[in-house]
Amino acid sequence: MLKLFKNLRKKDIFYALICALLVVFQVWLELKMPDYMSNITQLVQTKGASMPDILRQGGYMLLCAFGSLVSAAIIGYFSSLVAASFSFRTRGKIFKKVEDLPLEEVKKFRVSSLITRTTNDITQMEMLLSMGLHLMIKSPIMAVWAVTKILGKSIEWSLITALAVFILLISVGIIMKIVMPRFKIVQDLIDKVNGVSRENLSGIRVVRAFNAEKYSEDKFEKVNSDLTNNQLFNQKAFNYMSPIMSLVLYGLTLSIYFVGAILINTANLSDKIVLFGDMIVFSSYAMQVIMSFLMLAMIFMMMPRASVSAKRINEVMDSINNIKNGFIKTNKTGLSGTVEFKNVSFKYPDADEYILKNINFTANKGETVAFIGSTGSGKSTLINLIPRFYDVTDGEILVNGVNIKDYDDEYLHNIIGYVPQKAVMFSGTVESNINYGKSKNRVTKQKLEEALKVSQAYEFVSKLDKKEKSHIASGGTNLSGGQKQRLSIARVIARNPEIYIFDDSFSALDYKTDITLRKELKKYTGGSTNLIVAQRIGTILNADKIIVLEKGRCVGIGTHKELMKNCDVYKEIALSQVSKEELENAG
Amino acid sequence: MQDKERKNNPPKRGPMGRGVPEKPKNFASAITKLTSSLKKFKVQIFLSIILAGLSAVLALSSPNRLSTLTDEISKGLIINTDNGTKLSEDILSTLNKDKLPELISNILNLNINETTIYKVNTSDISSDDKLKFNSSLSKINSDRENTMKYLGELPDSILDLLLEDSTYNDINITKEDKISFLKILSNINIESNDYSFIKELPSSIKSILLPTSTVDKEKVTTDDKVEFITIMSSLKENTPKNEIYKIMGTLPDSIQKIINPKMNMDRVKKIVIILAIIYILSSLFNFIQGRIMVIVSNKYAKDLRTKISKKINKLPLKYFDNNLSGDILSRITNDVDTIAQSLNQSLATLVSSLTLFIGSIIMMFVTNWILALTAILSSIFGFIFMFIILGKSQKYFTQRQEELGNLNGYIEEAYSGLNVLKTCNAKDESNEKFDKLNEKLYECNRKSQFLSGLMHPMMGFIGNFGYVCVCIVGALLASKEIITFGVIVAFIMYVRQFTNPLSQIAQAMTSMQSVGAASERVFEFLDEEEMTAEKEVIRLDKDKAKGKIEFNHVKFGYNEDKIIIKDFSAIAKPGQKIAIVGPTGAGKTTMVNLLMKFYEINSGDIKIDDISIKDLTRENIHELFTMVLQDTWLFNGTIKENIVYNRKNISDKKVKEVCEVVGVDHFIKTLSDGYNSTVSDNDSISAGQRQLLTIARGMIEDSPFLILDEATSNVDTRTEELVQKAMDKLMENRTSFIIAHRLSTIKNADLILVMNEGNIIEQGTHEELIKKNGFYANLYNSQFESIN
Repeated sequence: MLKLFKNLRKKDIFYALICALLVVFQVWLELKMPDYMSNITQLVQTKGASMPDILRQGGYMLLCAFGSLVSAAIIGYFSSLVAASFSFRTRGKIFKKVEDLPLEEVKKFRVSSLITRTTNDITQMEMLLSMGLHLMIKSPIMAVWAVTKILGKSIEWSLITALAVFILLISVGIIMKIVMPRFKIVQDLIDKVNGVSRENLSGIRVVRAFNAEKYSEDKFEKVNSDLTNNQLFNQKAFNYMSPIMSLVLYGLTLSIYFVGAILINTANLSDKIVLFGDMIVFSSYAMQVIMSFLMLAMIFMMMPRASVSAKRINEVMDSINNIKNGFIKTNKTGLSGTVEFKNVSFKYPDADEYILKNINFTANKGETVAFIGSTGSGKSTLINLIPRFYDVTDGEILVNGVNIKDYDDEYLHNIIGYVPQKAVMFSGTVESNINYGKSKNRVTKQKLEEALKVSQAYEFVSKLDKKEKSHIASGGTNLSGGQKQRLSIARVIARNPEIYIFDDSFSALDYKTDITLRKELKKYTGGSTNLIVAQRIGTILNADKIIVLEKGRCVGIGTHKELMKNCDVYKEIALSQVSKEELENAG
Repeated sequence: MQDKERKNNPPKRGPMGRGVPEKPKNFASAITKLTSSLKKFKVQIFLSIILAGLSAVLALSSPNRLSTLTDEISKGLIINTDNGTKLSEDILSTLNKDKLPELISNILNLNINETTIYKVNTSDISSDDKLKFNSSLSKINSDRENTMKYLGELPDSILDLLLEDSTYNDINITKEDKISFLKILSNINIESNDYSFIKELPSSIKSILLPTSTVDKEKVTTDDKVEFITIMSSLKENTPKNEIYKIMGTLPDSIQKIINPKMNMDRVKKIVIILAIIYILSSLFNFIQGRIMVIVSNKYAKDLRTKISKKINKLPLKYFDNNLSGDILSRITNDVDTIAQSLNQSLATLVSSLTLFIGSIIMMFVTNWILALTAILSSIFGFIFMFIILGKSQKYFTQRQEELGNLNGYIEEAYSGLNVLKTCNAKDESNEKFDKLNEKLYECNRKSQFLSGLMHPMMGFIGNFGYVCVCIVGALLASKEIITFGVIVAFIMYVRQFTNPLSQIAQAMTSMQSVGAASERVFEFLDEEEMTAEKEVIRLDKDKAKGKIEFNHVKFGYNEDKIIIKDFSAIAKPGQKIAIVGPTGAGKTTMVNLLMKFYEINSGDIKIDDISIKDLTRENIHELFTMVLQDTWLFNGTIKENIVYNRKNISDKKVKEVCEVVGVDHFIKTLSDGYNSTVSDNDSISAGQRQLLTIARGMIEDSPFLILDEATSNVDTRTEELVQKAMDKLMENRTSFIIAHRLSTIKNADLILVMNEGNIIEQGTHEELIKKNGFYANLYNSQFESIN
């Protein structure tokens, strides 16, 4: 957790110091107040006390109270500033960190978890800071100060107070010890309740089709009971806290009074008055001591929750980005639109098995290279290596004759146009989605229109009420799958890349749209290189080069006709989709 | 503290979800529903309210007793005047001017008579002395009152003759003692009550004048008495009080013991015990109350969750089309939690705070109305101020939730589109947008936290302000002798008791607001219209079903105003393989939904074996169909559990058989735990394999009808072919419906229904449709079309 607090700026630490100073002042005022209070009480109790005296003492006390209020307000101001700026900066840092993370790390964390870490976990830390900062400084100062005020007054009373503090800390400790492990269990169980209900909701049609309502209810009931039982146990344990605290507080006062009575009774006449005064003072300060320890205990109870969050945040912060940016920002080779895989192998860092092994091929300017293979053959992974979502384990990938590791990311991303499997839409307008990010040249209105026309999106966009200025909801929920996919293709067309990468990007389009789109694309981007991952044979039939993958290995390279002759895997795939005669006709 | 149980599940309305009470739309009705649903626990809640009230009443009575205890202890500071009086009475019993002369004469035992006069005159003392004696003699006789004076003035030689050793009260008094006694007596005035001479007296005389005695069970020796008298006589009327206490300290022990302040230890003990009992009882009530509420709130939360989970299965599917599942989840976890926790804490707080609040107001007015008004007015001023701040901070809190929601939304968008964000070089753009949102959140965060942080110090100030006001007004009233000082002391405590619960009430009220909002959401869900209750008119047994299905002018729309299926009529003969094809949005899946009675048809009818599905229960229909869907729904559990699902009496052998047919057996075997491996969200099982598992789940039990809705879309084409073969075998003699994107899947269907925009536009076998060269043929051929 401390590590995270290093994110505080010098200015914030300065503010925190101001807070600390003000807290000292506030504690001084607050410890001063009982004096005035007892003065007033005494004055009021004395017959014939003069009104001005009472007014003066009252004025002093109010002054103290007001001073304490004002300093609390200033402390609040600064601590909220520190806490809010801490969360602001940490959130910014983690967001930018995630943006830079390699996709495999993102996958490992899972997007939903990363979102929680960026928002909720930081909020937890912020709460600890804003509430804790004040208490964390105040309670030890208060405790120590109050202790010095009563120190040496009486051994008996000090012992009683120490005993009270001891009982308090022990009981808090025991309760924490009992509750903490369950705490983790409860968190997991809440996840489980969430999980089971999410399951039941997402599979609701399956549940009904199988008449499995009872089954799913029983399943939910089990986690529900588990959660309730554990939560009940924890809360029952916590329920001891408040009675124990009040018993200790009341018990302490009572004991101080009772012991005081005995002490006064046996003391010399001359000591009695002093003892009585001490007793009143002691009981009020002892209360302060106990309260400060209580506040400390509270903070310690808040800690574990925040430290869980801190750990989760640090996990993200500490994840290492192995993908280092290169420096090349210009085309030095004079080549354009070429991609070459030289003996490329890839596996995830922790995995044993290679996902891709010894892949070799070259795509020249203007060529269409297609990748086909069964589920899990590694075709998507292969294509994702080019924009450096992952880095190759062995071998190298050359774009325009230069190893992609040597390119500046921005430059590399301007050469290639990547269309993902799942269309991504950002909230905004059609235009802002197509105009997304930085490209070589600004996307003009004309260019935008062209891109929409080529991607077969122009027709439906022009039917929208505000055309290309129409609103798009986050995730494109107000568009159909096919529409999203067409817009995501338009986005890449508008960027004018040398090399197009389509990662199964036509799957949501029906055959007809698919074919028209690709025809138009071919016309429009004549000179650019296309890398296409596809499932449908029809999509790749006319590729210049088809690369057949099987379990991460290349089992065939060639045109459709060549492969039909010499590649069994390809033949099987093709025949599973269309009959022999049809293939021959088409070819 | 219970708040700790809450955790990191992001609620729908922003990660802080519960932090801010949402304003319920209809607070009253939400609370009414909440109360009526709590009826089950009414005894416990009633008990807990009583206990909270009792504990508050006890708390109300304890300050008074504590102040009595203080009074009782302070009594131990005042000198024991009773014993003081006893002591002086004892001393004065011998030392008073009436008794003293008699005592003196007794001590001196001096008798001046003829014999003594003769004795003096005949002695060999100087004639001078004799002369003095004789002149004194006449004075003594004439001035009886000053006898001692004259005697004292006599020369030693005469006294030596006059006095004799003697005993009084067993005390020997020597002649010398008597002489010095007489000398001292001659110098003082006995009637002046000044007894300071006593210390100079010979000890024998002292012990006669101040005999050792016992006062209040304490033995006081002559010397102690002498010292006491000496010290006391040194006091002057204007000696300051603390000086007196200091001088008192020098008194002999026995005297100190007698006049020391006497604390009534028995009374002190009694009050301490009573207070201890009050405290213990109040804590005990508190504890029991807390425990009851902990149990009630958790049980209630569990009930609510169960109710919601059951409700999910009773709602028409339509509901889930219009509502996000995240929202429903949020109701199960966040809203239920909010209700349970606030119930747990607020109810008891509210009751005990109200009791304290009202109790202290009543006590104040009963004691003194002017001071009561002072206390209330001085606090009200502060409270108004506080509520203004509260309202302000509330505004920022809501704003903060909104900003948090916005930021959350943006983060979600950016994180899930990270690949595009990277390849489009949009980092700067995205950072800019993020920073803007983050900054907005920062502002609201800062303001809301600052204002809400003011609450607590404000409360403290209000308390102190009330204290001073009561003291000043109280002192004013006391100076005019309208009230006694005790009233002020009592009020000082009432002010504290009055201001503390108010803030708790305010807090409880805000948390009740969030309960209102949360319960509104929960009950809104629970009150949602359920699927129409069905009567089982006819039951079609699985074994007896022949397999005929007839669609008769079916018309349907998910919304009344948006008809999707316009006029669908078709007949499936027993054992036929029916394929439904068409572009996306043609209504293929909708047909299946209607067949499964997931939705109710607007008009027209569907008949199974000539029985209208309106006359069959949903359960019955579902029993007749095996259905494999496009979405590869697997739940968290082992592979075997996922395949067997809710079916009973399925042997492991059967599971394995089905998996072999579907072609996942080999894959399952490679997993570390085989069929007992857990299925979770991780990547070890691909989408295709997941789909095969769901197919296996569907195939494990035979049903007369089969529906495959894009069941193989995620499987690669070669695997699909294998599965297809297995399914073909499965579909033999069964009426089956197949929806597929890939036309190769359905080429061998007995009947292909080509749908477009909710209508059947073509039907027939593959060959027939190709020959027709219409929509289907066009669709089919486009997959081979060359782009060149």
